[in-house]
Amino acid sequence: MSTVGTGSNDKCKIGVYVCHCGINISSKVDVSKTVRFAAKLPHVTVSREYKFMCADPGQDLIQQDIRDGRINRAVVASCSPLMHEPTFRNTMAEAGGNPFLFQMANIREHVSWVTLDNTAATEKAMSLISAAVERVVFHQPLMPNRVPVHPDVLVVGGGIAGIHAALTLADAGQKVYLVEREPSIGGHMAKFDKTFPTLDCSACILTPKMSAVRAHSNITLWSYSEVIGVDGFVGNFKVRVRRKPRYIIEERCVGCLDCIEACIYKSGKVPDEFNEGLVKRKPVYIPFPQATPLVAVIDAKTCIGIRTGKCKMTCIDACERDAIDLNQSEEINEIEVGAIILATGFKTFNAKRIYRYGYGKYSNIYTSLELERMVNAAGPTGGEITLKNGQKPKAVGIVHCVGSRDNKTNKYCSKVCCMYSLKLAHLIKERTGAEVYNFYIDMRTPGKGYEEFYDRLLEENVHFIRGRVAEITDWVMTPEEEGKLVIRAEDTLVGVVRRVPVDMVVLSVGLEPQPDAEDVGRLFNISCTREGWFLERHPKLAPVSTFTDGIFLAGACQGPKDIPDSVAQAGAAAAEALALIDRGYVVLEPNTAYVQDELCSGCKTCIDLCPYGAISFDDEKDTAKVNGALCKGCGTCVASCPSGSLQQYLFTDDQIFSEIKGVILYA
Amino acid sequence: MGYAKHRGKIRFESDLEPDFSKEISSIPEGEQLFSCIQCGTCSGMCPLSQYMDYTPRQIIAMIRGGFKNDVLSSYTTWLCASCYSCAVECPKEIKLTDIMYAAKRLAIREGVYPKRFPIPILAHEFFKNVDDSGRNSEGRLILRLLLRTNPLRLFNQAGLGWRLLKTGRFSLKKESIVHKGELKNILKVLEKEHMVKSKEELAPGREAGS
Amino acid sequence: MSYLYFPGCSLKSSGRAYEESMLSVFSTLGLKINEIEDWNCCGATAYMSISELKAFALSARIFALAERQMQASDRADIVVPCAACYLGLNKTRHYLAEHPKLRRKIYKALNAANLKYTGRMQVRHPLDVLNNDVGIEKISSLLVNPLEGVQIACYYGCQLLRPYSDFDDQHEPSTMDRLLKALGAEIVDWPLKSRCCGGSLTGTVQDVGLRLSYILLKEAKKRGCDVIATACPLCQFNLECYQSRMNRYYKDKINVPVAYFTQLMGIAFGLSPQQLGIQRLFIPLKSGAGHVCL
Repeated sequence: MSTVGTGSNDKCKIGVYVCHCGINISSKVDVSKTVRFAAKLPHVTVSREYKFMCADPGQDLIQQDIRDGRINRAVVASCSPLMHEPTFRNTMAEAGGNPFLFQMANIREHVSWVTLDNTAATEKAMSLISAAVERVVFHQPLMPNRVPVHPDVLVVGGGIAGIHAALTLADAGQKVYLVEREPSIGGHMAKFDKTFPTLDCSACILTPKMSAVRAHSNITLWSYSEVIGVDGFVGNFKVRVRRKPRYIIEERCVGCLDCIEACIYKSGKVPDEFNEGLVKRKPVYIPFPQATPLVAVIDAKTCIGIRTGKCKMTCIDACERDAIDLNQSEEINEIEVGAIILATGFKTFNAKRIYRYGYGKYSNIYTSLELERMVNAAGPTGGEITLKNGQKPKAVGIVHCVGSRDNKTNKYCSKVCCMYSLKLAHLIKERTGAEVYNFYIDMRTPGKGYEEFYDRLLEENVHFIRGRVAEITDWVMTPEEEGKLVIRAEDTLVGVVRRVPVDMVVLSVGLEPQPDAEDVGRLFNISCTREGWFLERHPKLAPVSTFTDGIFLAGACQGPKDIPDSVAQAGAAAAEALALIDRGYVVLEPNTAYVQDELCSGCKTCIDLCPYGAISFDDEKDTAKVNGALCKGCGTCVASCPSGSLQQYLFTDDQIFSEIKGVILYA
Repeated sequence: MGYAKHRGKIRFESDLEPDFSKEISSIPEGEQLFSCIQCGTCSGMCPLSQYMDYTPRQIIAMIRGGFKNDVLSSYTTWLCASCYSCAVECPKEIKLTDIMYAAKRLAIREGVYPKRFPIPILAHEFFKNVDDSGRNSEGRLILRLLLRTNPLRLFNQAGLGWRLLKTGRFSLKKESIVHKGELKNILKVLEKEHMVKSKEELAPGREAGS
Repeated sequence: MSYLYFPGCSLKSSGRAYEESMLSVFSTLGLKINEIEDWNCCGATAYMSISELKAFALSARIFALAERQMQASDRADIVVPCAACYLGLNKTRHYLAEHPKLRRKIYKALNAANLKYTGRMQVRHPLDVLNNDVGIEKISSLLVNPLEGVQIACYYGCQLLRPYSDFDDQHEPSTMDRLLKALGAEIVDWPLKSRCCGGSLTGTVQDVGLRLSYILLKEAKKRGCDVIATACPLCQFNLECYQSRMNRYYKDKINVPVAYFTQLMGIAFGLSPQQLGIQRLFIPLKSGAGHVCL
């Protein structure tokens, strides 16, 4: 069995380094006391403190002690190993030590940041240091594993973030799979008419990028498809993609619309998703004129031919290219990629959840996204802003923060609504000349040219009332309110309650995570925040990475974002993926399992349990054998081994038990 | 409307009581008031804000700012009919109705509620009525309220009283529970804890803003 | 099913018709209901303005009396028809459950009278019991006199729903609508069904109180209602008894009967006007089209 200093010729000499972390640790933990305590622990030859161990002078302390032969193992008591374990392992290696003869004690996140009690903090810090010292005694010198990285990349989601990431990678020469759930890429941006604050046409700047995706020889675009399985690890992911049947043979369809015209339904039958349900579409359709790919799709739920078989199937006759196949079934494609970028986007808040705003109850109350379609020249009204009765509105109210900054719906600020509300206010004013009232809590316009856009709106005589709308009703109190929707809110800058009669209301709905974000997170083994946004590795310093190496985030799936931010993050995610591919290999923790032959009984329990097929049976020796290249260090076999023969590097029984002993001995 | 008062538009720090917000927020879940973002949903929902001298939102800001005298002597807290519209719609889940009650109780304890304003008087009468006999005697309550505020309105109300009497919906009988002693014992235990030590100590009101 | 009953002060005086009609309807439906013995005031609104702590004690005594009256094994909810009492008792239940410090004080006070509160009793409004325990099906099976052609505006008021109601939607209540619809009435959709009637302001600051009630009457009438159904004694009092005064004050001619929903149910069940306290109404029940089955 392991003895003290296994694998090292020298006697075990441990250096303990306690970090102040500025005052993050030292304001709660009596650092000097812990250093004096550590000095008396077995095998400890050096015990020091420093203001910032992660800074160069801090690391130098360790390196000097190694070079001078004072220590051959180190314990750093500082922050979470998530932050600086790699740093200090490098420190060890650079000075000629083995990076794995090192252990970290987390006395910041686990101690000083979570208590107000200085005495208790110092006590706990000492017990954690004691545990780390006891553990590091049993550490073995190990070498990290290197595995090659597959050069292809998967991008999930074909909104502006996914499109930009895919193009960046493809232009850099990488092969990219772009998987989009809807029949066309384009995402929310394809629905907008204008973009703030420059008011340039959304389609004009987006569609060239969509065409580029279609034309790029490095991009494989799978629309109407979903990722259903992800295996493997950084550099070597195996992904399964389900290509839903669109009942149209993609290679043959040229988007001529003949099938749509020939459909036995002479007019629309189901709410048109792309137009936010403002109009209806047929079961066979192309979402919008610039759809990419420009290929029709048949909705199996509503197509009579698919549902009952009892249809004249006029569409099939109409298609000159024989592109329609009502018997098409789904296809599962398996691909291998080295990195994955998630750009699955957001959904808008369901305005019906706030009953007081009358959405779905009164007519002429629209969500902001519905209004985007209405003001879009390619939209259902050809860009005309009209009431249900066909007239132009004379007064329009825009209600901010619908489903944002509200404990009962979403606590967070959705970030983009102030700006898009200003944009819609401008467009409404421009197209109809109506009086436009913005009801806002706080006007948030940080961004290049954003405040200037707000200034412009102020000058355009748009009304701004600082107050969250209480309710919208058809309850009339004065003659001029007759036949109008009445918005009731406090004008908080004046301190009076106002009733503003309008013809049309726009609810500026907030951004929410996709309803299946939790499931998608599980699929890709990444976490979500409490609200359901994908969790980045570090909010400031690793905003596009996740806690799963090789999986990156882009766009609003990580949190509410406008177009410039989404594009910037998509570029960053592409760069991260490229950095990974360019290096060509990844270094893996040497935390693989190993068999102690003399203890193995040959029961083969572990072989079936291993999710990676990394364990085989050695018939000659009659023992199990672990293939280190396949083992992912999940520990399943170790836990299940009845004879205790299986062990795992970095988590041997000796290491874990001595760590526990360290805590107990202290207490 | 007629209840607004003219006040100077300046407050010196010496006019303010910084601990006022702590006092008010000491009620259960009262600390929630510190999360107010001044959105005005409360005022917009409130069916009475148009009659108030300060809107409910302003009351929160004033509590936070330490405007003790202004809050306690305002009509706003007394006009609150406790319909809870504000509380259920507040995006920060501030129980504003409970805060209004806390301000009313403090105003009574410190004797700074608006004088001759019938609402605190009704509260007093109701309180005494129930403390004495365990139940409220509606008829007697209304009569006492009118006598204490505006006896002339007795004539005004005579017709209504007569109709109520005729339909069996009004009497001047004193309602009471049987075990008054039992109730007194219960309430006595709480005397020390309760803001106003006994009903005799209810401070007389003073003219608001004076 | 059997229940304990807390009437509160109003149901014994100005709101007598509510008690009479509710008890009649409950007995028609075979519900047993026992009044809590020696109940006291719940400590609602006006009382709470002076002492919250004592108000909790008043409510706690009611719960304690109710618990003493029932065997521990019995499931016994307390039926509370008055909206203010419903709120007061519910508030006490919630606060005692959520705030241990407060709970200890109240326990100590109750102890002085040898009373105990465990919190096992639920507070139920008749609308809750009728919708969820009895059910619309049973209720419509007893229908003998459909309220056909009668346009009813259901008025829920405030404290019945907010903030504690868990039996109905606080924003878009519908329990009363469903009951009366099942009995043949036509329900008027109006946006003010849970807007405050002004409560006791009609008695204290009359111009304000009257205005709040008037707003409701005016809107209900505008939407073509024949009768307003209420579920709270104070709402009923304000909307009905002050109606002639509002007409004088605002130079209007509103003449809308305001009945308890239990009275309307009783009519549909074919009960006699006396059983339902119909004679106590100021404004006779009759619709524009003819009459409400009387």
